[in-house]
Amino acid sequence: MIGILSHHPGRSALALGAFYLLLATPIARDWLEASMSRHMLVQMPLLVVIGIIAARLVPGRMQDSLLIQFGGAWPCVIAALFASSYWMLPRALDAALTDPWAEVAKFLSLPFLVGFPLVLAWRRLTLIGRGFVWTNFFSMLAVLGWLYIVAPVRVCNSYLVNDQENAGWYMVIASVLLFFWWLGTLLVGGGVGPDKPDQGGPGRTFA
Amino acid sequence: MSLAKRSVLISALVTSLGTWVFWWGTDGFTAFTAETARRVEILRSPRVLPDVTLEDQNGKIFHLKDYQGKLLAVDFIFTRCTTLCRSMGMIFKQIRDLIPEESLGRDFALLSISFDPEHDDPANLKKYGEAYGADGKIWRIARVRDKAELQSLLDAFGIIVIPDQFGGFEHNTALHLVGRDGRLRLISDIDKAVPFAEQVVALL
Repeated sequence: MIGILSHHPGRSALALGAFYLLLATPIARDWLEASMSRHMLVQMPLLVVIGIIAARLVPGRMQDSLLIQFGGAWPCVIAALFASSYWMLPRALDAALTDPWAEVAKFLSLPFLVGFPLVLAWRRLTLIGRGFVWTNFFSMLAVLGWLYIVAPVRVCNSYLVNDQENAGWYMVIASVLLFFWWLGTLLVGGGVGPDKPDQGGPGRTFA
Repeated sequence: MSLAKRSVLISALVTSLGTWVFWWGTDGFTAFTAETARRVEILRSPRVLPDVTLEDQNGKIFHLKDYQGKLLAVDFIFTRCTTLCRSMGMIFKQIRDLIPEESLGRDFALLSISFDPEHDDPANLKKYGEAYGADGKIWRIARVRDKAELQSLLDAFGIIVIPDQFGGFEHNTALHLVGRDGRLRLISDIDKAVPFAEQVVALL
């Protein structure tokens, strides 16, 4: 992805911005937020991906100086953990639908507090650091999905109870598939694996 | 400052900020769903309700304000409902029977509000009321005819109604108590009818 993007960074940034705005249009929001599954498993991941791509469009040198500004990899990872967990709260989902400010907060925090800082931190994370981020994500997804499946009550006032159960199943399935994909990259060490060598930056070490 | 020190410092800062946001967003780690949040907020600050115009099962027009000076139990229903609203009818009946008779109608009243005014005309409301012994005085079954008024009422109560795939609705169901000042002051679970009635008796 980065290879394709870096040929025309300006154009890519423009396309990314356009896609971001497209997601924010009432039509896209209504459709993506009409079901709990689409809201949690399509719209929110897309917002994170926008942050990831945005960070990758930033030149390596600038990524490094940004990372130093932010105090290294740890603060970035912690911010991403907090922000991503917050939007998994049923209450936050409801709020995004009923309170415009919560919706704005969601659109800003998922790209810029989850996707963007994760990319900055990623190159500095060791194998174990990356493993921590991944497994934390898988387990959060699986546990939350399981809770949604077995919850005796409707956790979101804005969604039907069977929608909640569907979302729960999708989350459990997604976490299992992602886990095996990640395990595969660990064992084989392809392009996306955690042992990808550091390609950019002057190679400073961070705390 | 060395990078390591800065890193620790900023990490601590981000952690406390994140914890604060969680604490703030969940009312001190107590309300993780919008439904709990609604109940916690009402307890903390009883909410003013809009004065909507209602029509009861006898076709009589009245206002929510008419109940000021009385305690009022409110629930939200639609008469085609085959699941929760049925038990809601039984629960309201149970609450009515737990209140001392001399207070009924004088100091305490019950009101079931339909959020399906198109289908729930007075005839249908009456049918629903008769199934549970709602008399139309102490306990009225009513609809809000004006769509905008209905929405403002639902918003004030924090009720979200969404159509389900069977032509009915799904909605958050609870027991609501409106105080003598006309403010919504208590929301409780529908399986807490007895504690709810005890609260009412304590306020009489």
